[in-house]
Amino acid sequence: MEKKDYKKLVDKYTPNAPRFKNAIIAFLIGGFMGVLGNFLIDAYSFYFNLSSKDAGVFMIITLVFIGCFLTCLGFFDKWVNFAKCGLIVPITGFAHACQSAALEYRKEGLVTGIGANMFKLAGSVIIFGVVSAYIFGLLRIFVMGG
Amino acid sequence: MIYFNAFLFCGLVCLIGQIILDNTKLTPGHITTIFVIVGAFLDVFNLYDKLVLWAGGGALVPITSFGHLLIHGAMDTVNNFGIMGLFMGMFDLTSSGIVAAIVFSFLLSLIFQPKD
Repeated sequence: MEKKDYKKLVDKYTPNAPRFKNAIIAFLIGGFMGVLGNFLIDAYSFYFNLSSKDAGVFMIITLVFIGCFLTCLGFFDKWVNFAKCGLIVPITGFAHACQSAALEYRKEGLVTGIGANMFKLAGSVIIFGVVSAYIFGLLRIFVMGG
Repeated sequence: MIYFNAFLFCGLVCLIGQIILDNTKLTPGHITTIFVIVGAFLDVFNLYDKLVLWAGGGALVPITSFGHLLIHGAMDTVNNFGIMGLFMGMFDLTSSGIVAAIVFSFLLSLIFQPKD
């Protein structure tokens, strides 16, 4: 068999990188997370008589708790492997990063393990968020006038 | 209708993240960081407030809202204290998410063992 033919044959049977499938799954799961968030806001503002802004805070706490708890039970790692950005980009990904770092370094002790490493993965979000918010805040004061 | 907008917006943000993840060498950490910066940037022109009105919870769930809330809290104190307010109110609105993440993950990691 010629080398060229062989390459053609290999190409024919190599599965395409499932980029399209990954993107669709991330879109659907991410969209579902958005719907869940909005549903929680509606539910909290209805049952506890909160303004939608306060209900949003409650919603974020709930999602963080769900993310932490499911990571501890071991489900969440599998779900993240399946949905990838569909669960990493929502706030659950932040909780998952904190929780998995805390669990992983638990055996190294409370202070040198959990205390030092909890924000190993999630810290960059806070640091870059604060620095960029500071710079853009200055921009807003001086350019846009507050 | 707002549920459909929430689905569309949150799904689109995740879709963009997934496309970046698959086609470049960036890690999930890079992507969440980029999204936080984008969220803070969109708030310079008050665009994100309009998105929150349009998509409701769908705009608050993605990590972009973290950057938006950081700059939003800072601007609230800037109105009262001037430029020093940037240092004072940065965490006013986001503290709930950060405190919840710290407290839950600390307490739960005391109870549970890591699963392999």
